[in-house]
Amino acid sequence: MRIFDPHIHMTSRTTDDYRAMRDVGVQALVEPSFWLGQPRTSVGSFLDYFDALLGWEPFRSSQYDIAHHCALALNPKEANDPRCTPVLAELDRYLRKDGVVAVGEIGYDSMTPAEDEALAAQLQLAVDHELPALVHTPHRDKAAGVARTIDVVNESNLPTERVLLDHLNETTVKAAKDSGCWLGFSVYPDTKMDEARMVRLLHEYGPEKVLVNSAADWGNSDPLKTRKVGEAMLADGFTEDEVDLVLWRNPVAFYALSGRLDLGERPTRDDYAGNVLRRGAPADS
Amino acid sequence: MNSPTLPEALAALHAELVEALPEPAAEWLEATLRWAADADWESSFAVATRRVGRAALPRSGMPATDAARVLLLHAVDADLATVTRLYQQGDAAERRAVLQALPWLRLGPEAIGLVEDALRTNDTRLVVAAAGDYAAAHLDQHQWRHAVLKCVFTGVPLSAVSGLAARTDAELIRMLADYAAEREAAGRPVPDDVRNVLAQTPHPQES
Repeated sequence: MRIFDPHIHMTSRTTDDYRAMRDVGVQALVEPSFWLGQPRTSVGSFLDYFDALLGWEPFRSSQYDIAHHCALALNPKEANDPRCTPVLAELDRYLRKDGVVAVGEIGYDSMTPAEDEALAAQLQLAVDHELPALVHTPHRDKAAGVARTIDVVNESNLPTERVLLDHLNETTVKAAKDSGCWLGFSVYPDTKMDEARMVRLLHEYGPEKVLVNSAADWGNSDPLKTRKVGEAMLADGFTEDEVDLVLWRNPVAFYALSGRLDLGERPTRDDYAGNVLRRGAPADS
Repeated sequence: MNSPTLPEALAALHAELVEALPEPAAEWLEATLRWAADADWESSFAVATRRVGRAALPRSGMPATDAARVLLLHAVDADLATVTRLYQQGDAAERRAVLQALPWLRLGPEAIGLVEDALRTNDTRLVVAAAGDYAAAHLDQHQWRHAVLKCVFTGVPLSAVSGLAARTDAELIRMLADYAAEREAAGRPVPDDVRNVLAQTPHPQES
């Protein structure tokens, strides 16, 4: 099973996690910028964080042969703090970098006017830099938040085919799918989605344009949840090819919209789908 | 504005890069270098990897993107303010390119702060780039010894350190001998390149 975790905060994880992820098949990931648990108080704090996502973290990741890319943005929560919003002016130069494959996480937290402004401005930055956007949907008042998010996306110059709506669940998946956006699901130990519910939604809505992530961070989360979803899919009758679509080809297709996804030399689909006997054989294609 | 003349080693790097690139990438490189001083060359610096790729060049072993960025910095005759800004605003690959360009630019020792910054990281790609000719020429002896030790501790082969033989002194020998003793006390192997340095220069008498 080859796995691309399209949303994970590795800055908050240990090298043991990197090793465990590689051992279960994670070969690529995207680390979107978010808040740190402790609120930031200055623009400089963002810049050091962005630099880490473009420097130290890809270096750590490379030691475990996992391709690391990132998404950069002012996150929705800190869009409400006037000490943080000036980072918007710095994003232009950061969004040019090779390792940046999306603008994100943007979206709503408490649905304030400041969040409206940051979301609209950053959707335009995605257009300007020819990047797709990773859009976080709020945890509180979720269904209304998703509806409003889709409205703002539709009013922007960024086509919905270049937008990934994340943290979806049973109550929001239909509106998201109807919008034409890509569909992201975060699988967590206690909150958000779990493996069994994820499999039910995949049966109901199909695997097309669906991305599954661990969104693992500094909270109660599990960086191996992507693999666990893959196993739950197989146990429930999905084919290896469908698992490969959800856990590898969909995230590759979405982030490749940036034109900057660089996965290096990786084994092809044939090495993972279909023939278990080929495991351990040299990757010659 | 005329670009500075290309030193022989950079001319060789330029030839090697052009040879290795497919036609459109080679054309982009030549146009970028020729018009660099008049154009938005910092954008070209930023997108170089997407234009020329990262493949290692056959002779120098340098990634194509590093070579292109070094040649570009030379072509625009980058000054201290420019290299400082590009380093500070760069991702790891851009920082590495700035460090590799330093010996080729018309700078005195005043850019040594960038080398010192890179040597404080644990990113071996930056440590290797920092341990080059510019450090050999300008890093003070105390910091230079610590740069060598940093390489040893982070697994960077000492062949990456420019001017190793010329700058090795009794104090570095002592530090490496202490390092070797510490490794042996822990039952860990001492890297061959450390043993080579210890063997090449007679160990001074302890006072």
